[in-house]
Amino acid sequence: MQFDSFSDFLAMGGYGFYIWLAYGLTYGLLVGLAGYCFWELKAFHQNFRQKLARAQRVKQYQETEHP
Amino acid sequence: MFKWLHPLAKPETLYRFCGHLFPWLMLSALTILLVGNVWGLVFAPQDYQQFDTVRIMYIHVPSALLSMSTYTMMAIAAFIALVWQVKVAQWSVLAIAPIGAVFTAISLLTGMAWGKPMWGTWWEWDARLTSQLILLFLYLGVIALYGAFSDRQTGGKVASLLAVIGVVNVPIIHFSVEWWHTLHQGASIMKFDTPSVHPSMLWPLLISLLGFYLLMLALVCLRLRTAILEHEQHRPWVRATLGGH
Repeated sequence: MQFDSFSDFLAMGGYGFYIWLAYGLTYGLLVGLAGYCFWELKAFHQNFRQKLARAQRVKQYQETEHP
Repeated sequence: MFKWLHPLAKPETLYRFCGHLFPWLMLSALTILLVGNVWGLVFAPQDYQQFDTVRIMYIHVPSALLSMSTYTMMAIAAFIALVWQVKVAQWSVLAIAPIGAVFTAISLLTGMAWGKPMWGTWWEWDARLTSQLILLFLYLGVIALYGAFSDRQTGGKVASLLAVIGVVNVPIIHFSVEWWHTLHQGASIMKFDTPSVHPSMLWPLLISLLGFYLLMLALVCLRLRTAILEHEQHRPWVRATLGGH
């Protein structure tokens, strides 16, 4: 352990701003990227399910008789 | 090896393969990244010249190395797509590009946050920084070129071409610190004799690097799965896998 207290840890010997800026940007971007990747897959699933349901409805409509 | 590799050119097999791999990659990436970064932030010693700012190294160096190896990976996929016309290789180029772009942006931003206290400036137009910025533009160029064509196949081909040509920038980035006078320090790990980083800093650095690597592979798996589904959505196997009925 390199630090005596938690506030010591946050201060980082006076360079806290730069270090936490770097770590904040890194993890902000990584979380954003991962979130985007998950969202893409989820959006596809939703879209796909809607398309399937629509195709089903069209088929059902065509199969029933329309006087 | 090719006997093992060849089935993965089939989209359905690759989709399932990535699906099996993803949770393990993601879980190990997060665990290893946590260990590496906490070690670097809390337990690793200060540098005698750079004091605590050296702790930025545990994200800066991995992201910079990743930006280059991800680009190389993308260029290899692009080459395979162009020469052997492998569909999934084509799709992986576009699956990889945004991930590489984010790692490049991270390396630039963390470098700026490190440069300001140590060099006295956020940015300097020197060889290492400029060539790394060009790498970011290459990634963005690949994404933009693909999007610029209404025909996905043409777009994919042109984007792959740029990815292959742009790989020339990777050795330029690596050797830029030797070829030109630059603010940036020389290589410490990626050189032929033993690394010049003390083990107390080298271990957390290598662990963080492994964590970044696994995270990149996990995200590539995830995006490749989405890409395969999107391109293959009219095939029966997708309906059988996702439809359920």
